[in-house]
Amino acid sequence: MAERLNFWSTLTDPLIRQNPVTLQILGICSALAVTTTLATALTMSVSLTVVLTMAAGLVSMIRRHIPDTIRLIVQIVIVASLVIVIDQILQAYFAEISRALSVYVGLITTNCLVLGQTEAYARHHAPLPAMVDAFGNGLGYSFVLIVIGSLRELFGKGELFGAQILPLAESGGWFTPLSLMLLAPSAFFLLGLLVWTIRSFKPEQAEAREHTPPLYVEPAE
Amino acid sequence: MTGLWDLFLTAAFVDNMPLTLFLGLCTFLALSKRPEAAFGLGVAMTGVMGVTVPLNHLIYQGLLAPGAWAWAGMPELDLSYLSLIAFIGVIAASVQVLELLLDRFLPSIHAAFGVFLPLLTVQCAILAGSLFMVERSYSLAESVVFGLGSGFGFAVAVAMLAAIRSRLAYADLPAGLRGLGIAFVLAGLMSLGFASFAQMVAAQ
Repeated sequence: MAERLNFWSTLTDPLIRQNPVTLQILGICSALAVTTTLATALTMSVSLTVVLTMAAGLVSMIRRHIPDTIRLIVQIVIVASLVIVIDQILQAYFAEISRALSVYVGLITTNCLVLGQTEAYARHHAPLPAMVDAFGNGLGYSFVLIVIGSLRELFGKGELFGAQILPLAESGGWFTPLSLMLLAPSAFFLLGLLVWTIRSFKPEQAEAREHTPPLYVEPAE
Repeated sequence: MTGLWDLFLTAAFVDNMPLTLFLGLCTFLALSKRPEAAFGLGVAMTGVMGVTVPLNHLIYQGLLAPGAWAWAGMPELDLSYLSLIAFIGVIAASVQVLELLLDRFLPSIHAAFGVFLPLLTVQCAILAGSLFMVERSYSLAESVVFGLGSGFGFAVAVAMLAAIRSRLAYADLPAGLRGLGIAFVLAGLMSLGFASFAQMVAAQ
């Protein structure tokens, strides 16, 4: 590991260029479920970033002592312990948000982003770069969550953080809330559009066309 | 009996794991390019969820729930904070056992599953099934039905998405929308369709 690591690019790459959610399809499960309001999206982002950074640091520190055959179990146990700590903290100090997040905090354990990160990067790098990279990926995840969360809360209820931004029609304003924004389908649509937007600006991320028909059977002679 | 049937329908269609609750989306999107792979994944999901949810129910009620150790003279012992680690362990172990059994007795099915089976350990939908079972305090029979229903709902959704996506492989899409982008839009449309199932069970 002689080459100098460029901390700045390790940190900022995952924001747009290598975004874990929109490019690598990691960690989508929780990204969509918790974005009905900005507050839950922000809590989830912070929890995930903390768990991810600490898990990457821990795994990287003991990376020379983990036998290869049981590394997945070791990593899952480390992540699960960190998630339990976060879950207990949320239940103790942010009871309301913790109820709104329901089981999704616990599901950070099986968030493919965390396991993918520890498996692919932290296992081969020193603690500091591993933590910087994990933090960057956490920020990339948070970026997507916050964009979708604020769009959904703004257009679904006309609020941000529970404060009225757009005056509602029923109380004398002009804005009629789009209740579809609070339902499941809109999260899929918004993330699809976000992927489209990012890939229009970064054409190199677009996927190659599939030329071969998937179910094509050679005609018999 | 009707209660259990209602629970099955609710778990499979109203609270559909990937489309309504956003669970298991990583595999839902990654493995829905080919219908054969999607079908294998769906069957594996149903099997694993049907086993792990009741198993975790027994472990939670027997060892972890508040007051579970009352017979040993420790009525105030509450180990429920350990449930996350216990559930993950059970899921990893049962996936492993399932893999060994299939390999030994049904090697053709095992070969068809390929890499999907071990991947199920880190499937959020499976862990979520166990966590929902605790949150909604299902009984043993209910957790069997709930596990099978959720797995079945996942299988239906992933098979449908794969069918649509394999047709769309021919379509002339804008470059940025190809692959992941259109998959999200399709999932959104399917989710809109599944939202109408909400009335189906409620109306009964």
